[in-house]
Formats: sequence, structure tokens, C-alpha cells
Amino acid sequence: MALNEQEILEGLAEIVNEETGIETDAVQMDKSFTEDLDIDSLSMMTIVVNAEDKFGVRIPDDEVKNLTHVRDAVNYINNNQG
Amino acid sequence: MTLQPITGRTALTVPDGPRHARIHGIGGYRPERVVTNEEICRHIDSSDEWIQQRSGIIERRFAAPDETVVDMAEHASVKALEMAGVSADQIDVILLATVSFPYQTPAAAPLLAIRLGADDPAAYDISAACAGYCYGISMANDMIRAGSAQFVLVVGVEKLSDFTSPTDRGTAFIFGDGAGAAVVGPSDFPGIGPTVAGSDGHNWDKIVQRQAWTDLRPAMDHPQPGQETPTWPAIEMQGQSVFRWAVFSMAPVAARTITAAGIAPEDLDAFVPHQANMRITDAMVKALKLPEGVAVARDVATTGNTSAASVPLAMSRMLEAGDIPHGGLALQIGFGAGLVYAAQVVVLP
Repeated sequence: MALNEQEILEGLAEIVNEETGIETDAVQMDKSFTEDLDIDSLSMMTIVVNAEDKFGVRIPDDEVKNLTHVRDAVNYINNNQG
Repeated sequence: MTLQPITGRTALTVPDGPRHARIHGIGGYRPERVVTNEEICRHIDSSDEWIQQRSGIIERRFAAPDETVVDMAEHASVKALEMAGVSADQIDVILLATVSFPYQTPAAAPLLAIRLGADDPAAYDISAACAGYCYGISMANDMIRAGSAQFVLVVGVEKLSDFTSPTDRGTAFIFGDGAGAAVVGPSDFPGIGPTVAGSDGHNWDKIVQRQAWTDLRPAMDHPQPGQETPTWPAIEMQGQSVFRWAVFSMAPVAARTITAAGIAPEDLDAFVPHQANMRITDAMVKALKLPEGVAVARDVATTGNTSAASVPLAMSRMLEAGDIPHGGLALQIGFGAGLVYAAQVVVLP
């Protein structure tokens, strides 16, 4: 069954926490991965791969650069989940 | 279709090889000049902190301007031969893995043979980038066991400073120079496990020389007035994509290699991945769930990424430091431009 936005956000926050130690509460829709959460491009790749596994989506390398904010990632997963 | 030799002809004679092969000796060579992150940052907008956080690299070595790939290979080979107790004239084959010998042809290996005083060995280069040394170990193992050679010298050597743009923020801090060598020969026990190797040409351009040599030719053969000076075809890399592939595709390869060798992760004494970037090593260790007791190569911190040389350089340093035991088991995996990879479990010399 497809997850809703809030469920995707919560799942993504857990992945971010696992990779970076950032509190899950800090992972909010309007936050920028780089500017606000200080996540570098290599950690971002790890988050992307773990999100693929968790949500059953494929996020190509070329797409990752478009996922600047948490909202972008949540929307992409929401629109592409299996 | 089935084929039968023509009746009446004498059958070919083929050699019988020993049942097993192993690494008899290993040696490394690091050029004298230490290049700090501060020096790298004179040409790129970065900082020591950023480079260390991004790669775990504190410093690397650069060869002297007149120091060649063959010079470095010779130093490492002499050490490996000495440890093996094998003389150069016992070497039947030299396999030299490199991507930075600056001649399209001939190969570097025949020059190395002369330097070492080897007696007419077969000698050629392997172009498999950061996986070249592990490809070489695989080939040496098969040659010995097939009876084609008794001792094979496998060398990984790079002078990547010649092929790196000092102003490329994505690669300038990554690459270094150095050489590592191993003498492979017959063994009474299995000393080299099955090799798991492969390639992914779909991602051929992820780590690539900026232009083909032939792209430079028109400007050199027929220079036009006012034309731009051609740029040196340095190696470029799409770091994020390579990181993704290295961690999430290579960790399963490493796991398959352990299984193929018929051992468990707990049996390993050492994990010696290609020293690409400390972040890749850390992520691979995590993905593999390696037991605490397995020593992990972290030579990249002070050597940088030396491509084909990195695995034997790291392994020889760990052995010299007493961090890993002679006779222990090590999982080594090389991966890089191609994209190509090769991995095997070996008994430490």
C-alpha cells in the first residue's frame, strides 16, 4: 500500500538520522539537505540508496541533484513509489 | 559443432601445473615528497578540514618530476622479490598494472624486466585502473596453476600526479603516486581464492581521461593562428556516482568473494579494499558488517588514492607494521575506472 507524505517524511527522517545522527524532528519539509542539515554529497548518496531500499523506488544519479530540499525527496518518492 | 584432431597427428604437449598458488612476497614504494592538503589548496578553493572530512586524506606522495612509473615499480619489485626469496631470473611473467605510464606503446613491463635483470620473461601491462592489481593476481594464479609459469611478478604502479589537474576540485586532492608488487608462485596449500570480477561499461565515463589522444591531434598537427592551447587530458571523475557504485555495488561483490572462498567473515584477518576514499572504506565496512577483529586498511589517509598500487601498498604497510599476521587471510578488492572490479581472498605472505 502506498505511503502518504507524512509516512514518507518519517521514514526519510529515520534514514537521515541513521546516516548523520541528525535528530528526526529536525528533518522537516522546508529544510535544505545541504544548507540547513549540513549533509554532504556522499552522505546524500547513502541516504538516497537507503531510501530506494526502504520505499521501493529508483532514484537515478542525475535526479539526486534535483533533490535539494526534504520536500523534493518526499515528493519524488511519493510520485514514484511502487 | 564437435571437433576432433586430424587422425594420425601427434597430440599437443601441455604442461601440468601445481594444484595451488600463493603470494610469496609483497613490497611497496612511496615517493619521497609529501604533499599536504594545504599545498593542494593553493590551487583549489578548499581546506584541509573539507578534504579530510570528504575523503579521510591527510597527505599523499608525489613522485619527483624525473621519477617514472618504471622507477617506482622497480623499488617495489625489489622488496617483493627479497621477501619472497626469489631471484629476478626465476620470474617467468611480469604483469604490470597501470593507467599512468605515459606511452601509448610500448608497455612499461619490458623495461621493468630489464631493470630487475629478469631472464627474458613474458612482460605486458594491464589496463584495469584501480582493479588492475587484483586482475593481475587472478591471472598470475591461473598461469601458475595451469603450468604456464612458475613465478609471476604482479605490479600495481601509478604516477597519477601526471594525469591529475591541480585545479580540478573533484580529483586534485584524491590522487597520489606509488607502487606495490607481489611475487606469486606455487604453493602446497590454497593461497589465492576464487576471483570475483566484472565490468560495467554503461558507466564507462564515470572516471575518464578528459579527451582521447586523437582529440588533441588536429591542434598539434595543424595549428591555426589564434587557436586555444589544447588542455591536458587529465582524469575526471563523477564522485557522487562513483561513491554510490563503489559502496553499494562493491560491498555485495566483497561478500560474494568471501562466500566463493568457502570462508566466513569471522575467518578474515584483514580487509584491504582499494584505497579510493576513507568514506568509501567506512561505508563498505558498515555494509559488509565485518566483525570487529578484522583489520581494515586505511592507508589512503597518508598515501591518497594510488589506483592500481593501492592494495599492495596498503597490504605491505600493514604487514610491516605487524597489524596483520603472516599466513592470515585477507580479502582484497580493487574497483575503479571502466567501471571494473576484481576481488579475491588471499593468504598473507
